[in-house]
Amino acid sequence: MDKMPAWADAVLVPLFSIILAAILSALVILAIGESPVDAFKLMVDGALMRSAGWGYTLYYATNFIFTGLAVSVAFHASLFNIGGEGQAMLGGLGTALVCLFIPWPHWSLAILGSAMAAAAFGALWALIPAYLQAKRGSHIVITTIMFNYIAASLLNYVLVNVLRPTGSMEPSTAVFPEATHLPTFRDMFSTADTILFRGAPANVSFFLALIACVVVWLLLWRSKLGYEIRAFGFSESAARYAGIRPVRITIIAMMISGALAGMMAVNATQGEAERLILNGTEGAGFIGIAVALMGRNHPIGVLLAAILFGFLYQGGAELALWTNIPRELITVIQALVILFTGALDNMVRMPLERLFLSLRKKEA
Amino acid sequence: MDFITFIQLLDSTVRSATPLLLACLAGLFSERAGIFDIGLEGKMLAAAFFSAAIAALTGSALMGLGAGILAALSLSLIHGVASINFRGNQLISGVAINFLASGMTVLVAQHLFSQGGRTPTLEGNARFEPITLPFADALADVPYLGPIYSELISGHAILVYVAMLTVPLTWWVLYRTRFGLRLRAVGEAPEAVDTAGVSVVRMRFAAVLICGVLCGIAGAYLAMGLQASFTKEMTANRGYIALAALIFAKWRPWYALGACLLFGFLFAIETRFQNIDIAGFILPVQFVQALPYILTVVVLAGFVGKAIPPRAGGQPYVKER
Repeated sequence: MDKMPAWADAVLVPLFSIILAAILSALVILAIGESPVDAFKLMVDGALMRSAGWGYTLYYATNFIFTGLAVSVAFHASLFNIGGEGQAMLGGLGTALVCLFIPWPHWSLAILGSAMAAAAFGALWALIPAYLQAKRGSHIVITTIMFNYIAASLLNYVLVNVLRPTGSMEPSTAVFPEATHLPTFRDMFSTADTILFRGAPANVSFFLALIACVVVWLLLWRSKLGYEIRAFGFSESAARYAGIRPVRITIIAMMISGALAGMMAVNATQGEAERLILNGTEGAGFIGIAVALMGRNHPIGVLLAAILFGFLYQGGAELALWTNIPRELITVIQALVILFTGALDNMVRMPLERLFLSLRKKEA
Repeated sequence: MDFITFIQLLDSTVRSATPLLLACLAGLFSERAGIFDIGLEGKMLAAAFFSAAIAALTGSALMGLGAGILAALSLSLIHGVASINFRGNQLISGVAINFLASGMTVLVAQHLFSQGGRTPTLEGNARFEPITLPFADALADVPYLGPIYSELISGHAILVYVAMLTVPLTWWVLYRTRFGLRLRAVGEAPEAVDTAGVSVVRMRFAAVLICGVLCGIAGAYLAMGLQASFTKEMTANRGYIALAALIFAKWRPWYALGACLLFGFLFAIETRFQNIDIAGFILPVQFVQALPYILTVVVLAGFVGKAIPPRAGGQPYVKER
């Protein structure tokens, strides 16, 4: 017998977890001598009250949708991919190579090429940890963390020694050609009279992220491969009896995950920076973990959680600008969300289950 | 490379290996009891900050050490409650603890000192100064043995010697006491321990708390011995490398010492050399920096023998009804 209805498990448990995380975050702000109410107002003002604020919120959200989906797909195969950060860095490298060295006639073709390159580079960066996990049993959590740092060193080497334009001191590539620049929300939604999303980096790749949500949903719940991934994640031994090959699923699931994380570069590298820089990922790979946990590994949940974290990220930048609260507040909130939705979820679930049981007894 | 340079390299190895070793032994206690701990990194970082902060405020290294241990212990408690009482996912809990430490240290540092997430530089009694062992100066001129004694063995902070002594102590506790037997059993077959009338919950909490104390000492050494202040993210992945060393050592104390010295040696090379020239082929500095991480992957890939983790590791224990 189910202890509580499925909707309660899907909606109430994350909701209460977030409320707990929010209360603790407010206490943290109080403890460092600032007002949580003022801080929240400032965040809402900066992130949601102007179209430019939305432009930043949705730009960050686009990154988090990709990394959140990446973590989710791996989670469905019960693999914990902490390597989104490194996979996104390699995705950036793929995007940069395609944008710099192929003479694209139009951005609509360039975005296809760079998305494919970003996905391929990200997938390949996930391949080695996946292979080691599947074949040699080395723990994917630690190998993917190590691959983040190896990716950072590799990128550093490539930017300093190979792709840096002659005469430039900065470790970054040249600016991508004009034809590869993606249209921003300002280009798309402004009219002659009203200019919307002024100066904001949100661009057409937001829609690519939405498409990715649909594709991931189709993959996981409407395809044979998705069924195999979820069956493998649910019970490896049962999947093995059903003829599902663990090595194959581990590698495929991780490569899809890496490809999604890599595609973040279409937004961050091609869409915003328009060149490859050293720390272009800005920790989005890690935020994907919180987004996936909060979104309960479902594309709709991931989309909503990504927008919430986009708001937090943009709001946090406003706080750092106007108050004495450093940006690291967002890291704390992120940690609390991961803790309550991922590790302490039973703390929220157990009392809820008891409540629903007692309600049901009354009815009977 | 001459003899003295080599000794200096080994000396630097010992210093870089110390926090790794403490963290590795911390993980050993936790994982031997069946609790995975990705959060070593975060506990060390929190301990590094709170020890440096309290040492800066009170001027006493011992007070700092105490504060560092308390900080790591409180994170251990969170991990214990999440993974033992609420049967949560231990990996996720560890990741959360790492982010929590990473954010909180900067937040509190900014609030207390307003120096962009740093603590003021520690001086005098607020640091663990190097100790000169007896006769170190007198023996320094003896060929070969002199430099080994005065450079390599003498002249470290007290916590380095504490770390080295923790290795035989861990061995003794694990293999020669009843507590150690139960601790190992709870990581292999908790149901058997439960049947014997020993509380699985209590044993696992004991292990998690010991892990916290050792991480606390590791962090305190980082901020007050190896360096003289706390800086943002100063643990620099030592927690993860300690985990790799633990797997390399197959969860055994003496092997942990060897594994940590090996990783410490790589760190020593990284700090001492920039580009390494091997027979005309130059290894770029970025490769040298990535070397500890690459070695970690090679170690984990099992090219150095198969490592079998404690059988009940990572699984919450549910009492039979």
